[in-house]
Amino acid sequence: MYTPYPENMMESIKKVEASRQARMATEPRRLTADEKDNLLKEFHPDYKPEAFAEIKVGPNKGEKAPLELANMLHSTSRICGENIDLTKVDYDVDVLVIGGGGAGSSCAIEAHEAGANVMIVTKLRIGDANTMMAEGGIQAADKENDSPVQHYLDCFGGGHFAAKPELVKKLVMEAPDAIKWLNELGVEFDKEEDGTMITTHGGGTSRKRMHAAKDYSGAEIMRTLRDEVINRGIPVVEFTSAVELIKDDKGQVAGAVLLNMETGDYMVARAKTVVIATGGAGRMHYQGFPTSNHYGATADGLVLGYRAGAKLLYQDSIQYHPTGAIYPSQILGALVTEKVRSVGAQLVNGEGEAYIHPLETRDVNASGVIRECAEGRGVDVPGGAKGVWLDTPMIEILGGEGTIEKRIPAMFRMYMNYGIDMRKVPILIYPTLHYQNGGLEIGGDGFTKNIENLLVAGEAVGGIHGRNRLMGNSLLDIIVFGRNAGKAAAKKSQEVTLGELTLSHIEDYAKELKAAGVETNEVSPLLLPKYARHER
Amino acid sequence: MENMVNVFFYGKKYSVPADLTIMTAMEYAGYTLKRGCGCRHGFCGACATIYRIKGDNELKTCLACQTQVQEGMYVASIPFFPTDKRTYNINEIKPTNQIMMELYPEIYSCIGCNACTNACTQGLNVMQYIAYAQRADFEKCAEESFDCVGCGCCSTRCPAGISHPMVGLLARRLTGKYIAPETEHLKNRVEEINRGEYDELIEQIMQKPITEMQELYNTREIEK
Repeated sequence: MYTPYPENMMESIKKVEASRQARMATEPRRLTADEKDNLLKEFHPDYKPEAFAEIKVGPNKGEKAPLELANMLHSTSRICGENIDLTKVDYDVDVLVIGGGGAGSSCAIEAHEAGANVMIVTKLRIGDANTMMAEGGIQAADKENDSPVQHYLDCFGGGHFAAKPELVKKLVMEAPDAIKWLNELGVEFDKEEDGTMITTHGGGTSRKRMHAAKDYSGAEIMRTLRDEVINRGIPVVEFTSAVELIKDDKGQVAGAVLLNMETGDYMVARAKTVVIATGGAGRMHYQGFPTSNHYGATADGLVLGYRAGAKLLYQDSIQYHPTGAIYPSQILGALVTEKVRSVGAQLVNGEGEAYIHPLETRDVNASGVIRECAEGRGVDVPGGAKGVWLDTPMIEILGGEGTIEKRIPAMFRMYMNYGIDMRKVPILIYPTLHYQNGGLEIGGDGFTKNIENLLVAGEAVGGIHGRNRLMGNSLLDIIVFGRNAGKAAAKKSQEVTLGELTLSHIEDYAKELKAAGVETNEVSPLLLPKYARHER
Repeated sequence: MENMVNVFFYGKKYSVPADLTIMTAMEYAGYTLKRGCGCRHGFCGACATIYRIKGDNELKTCLACQTQVQEGMYVASIPFFPTDKRTYNINEIKPTNQIMMELYPEIYSCIGCNACTNACTQGLNVMQYIAYAQRADFEKCAEESFDCVGCGCCSTRCPAGISHPMVGLLARRLTGKYIAPETEHLKNRVEEINRGEYDELIEQIMQKPITEMQELYNTREIEK
């Protein structure tokens, strides 16, 4: 007998196997709007008031943010007390892109295409980003039975009607062109022999519009964009983080203070337009959750944008992906792509019950998992955690033998590393911190609304997805808004005349903190999570 | 008491919990990683690592984030490796028989030692995809190399100095752009949008009051 799990889990699997045939005969019903609302209010982590703090200074003063983010907003600038000579300019460009992920790279490619002198700075390597880790796919309404309007409805409703209409419009209307652009750069999408895109559902989609490249969708996109950036000769300054924005005496953004991550030296980049494309915040571990995010996902862009006066939107709305790995411990928090459910696996509790439709929106499915575990229908994991099953053997039964290796090879590989063959046994999951729904507020043109020459693209933006993002809309938004930001930043840079550089806004912010009586004894942005154990 | 094992980071001995990965064990030992750490979930190739188990002469390669520590493991990370990417304009090159010879001629110096395949952290048949590239069989090269995360372990072991991940990447871009069948429905939809066919509809839905949007959303038909 094949027993890759501890005894209690194998016992539970017997129940999962016993109910499988009956479960496969009927699709679990969809929840009503009221049922969803109640489930969210009772179990979604965003509804835990003790996990949030009031922001004490700045444009969002009085609003809530996760404790860890509020702490960073209330911390001291890294350059306080440093003597930064702004007259010595190390890099002088038209467009400075902060961040080398999917949004930053798309942005740089389009800015370069528009003829601008563009440069990327990134605190790790280009491509070290959440984009690289996106597995399931990218949405676009490009099939006959679908339309951008239907995509709009799914996105807007799935985000609880909180998204900014002008941003959703751009997202859905420019989606097909984003796919076409990627395809023409050489991204290999899954296609039928006649060229038809192989598309599936994601949670909350009403049409099958999820385009994929196996379950390496983000990696395939990211490595192609990275290759294109390098082919074009766009300068990429790696292991260098932006730690503060620089303004000029007219109050417009004029560049950034850079920190060499390896030597600790500061440098000055002057730029006519600056694009914040710094990505997410999973490594802040809000509410102690493990994360599916990249090592560098520490909300840096939000902090330096906020200090410069840019406004945040929905900074209190976080996405927990319903299916993160909870066992074995070596892959704790790793993303188990939603595509596993798109191709047929159900969510099944410890009693063998398919307690919810597997393709509700992420916030609803995450709340469902938390409920099952809280109410005693989860499966115990060594160390005290709990999880529920994702019934992966169903995929092979539904799609035929070999479907798992063909459609979700990365998942298969990740589990086989630890001797778990998901073709034969289900896998155990629990929500993982996955995405920041909120971020810096922008208008349809990609610029922040109140700081001149400052743009934001990708996960650092708030408002595109409202209060919950659908699967496949993030890979889409980094391309759509990345490209737009590149074009807009390049165009604007031709009109900008910079004055004298200044960091006075950093001093002003410090004074505000002092006046508000806020003192954290920490510096921000975080740049890297503190994982090194120093106690003996 | 936790189950501990002895591992050696750059030759220095540390006692670490046995259930950690090489990456988390280094952090347990007190390292703050800057290089050699990326997505931490096996997708980015930042944490290419070489190790040898004490008493065993075989050198092994792995991703530090995807590999559990073992007793007697001598570990060195490979924070950077000078793989040699050639630059090109994707719109100007074509999937011709000569393109690999022009951009990556060293692949024809492969001596067939299979060290690349043995070093692959993803379990890919690297030598085979290089063979496909030699024959200008780009589709097969693309398929065989598709799961590559670009960690570069293959290249560190190659006596011919081949930059395998870059060869696979070129084959995939050529395949995606030129060889894979064109998507008619995508082309049509982009044209419809550019002709303004959805402009009015999208403006209409943007103007609808929230209550009407809720009704539309909650009653929308979901494709089976």
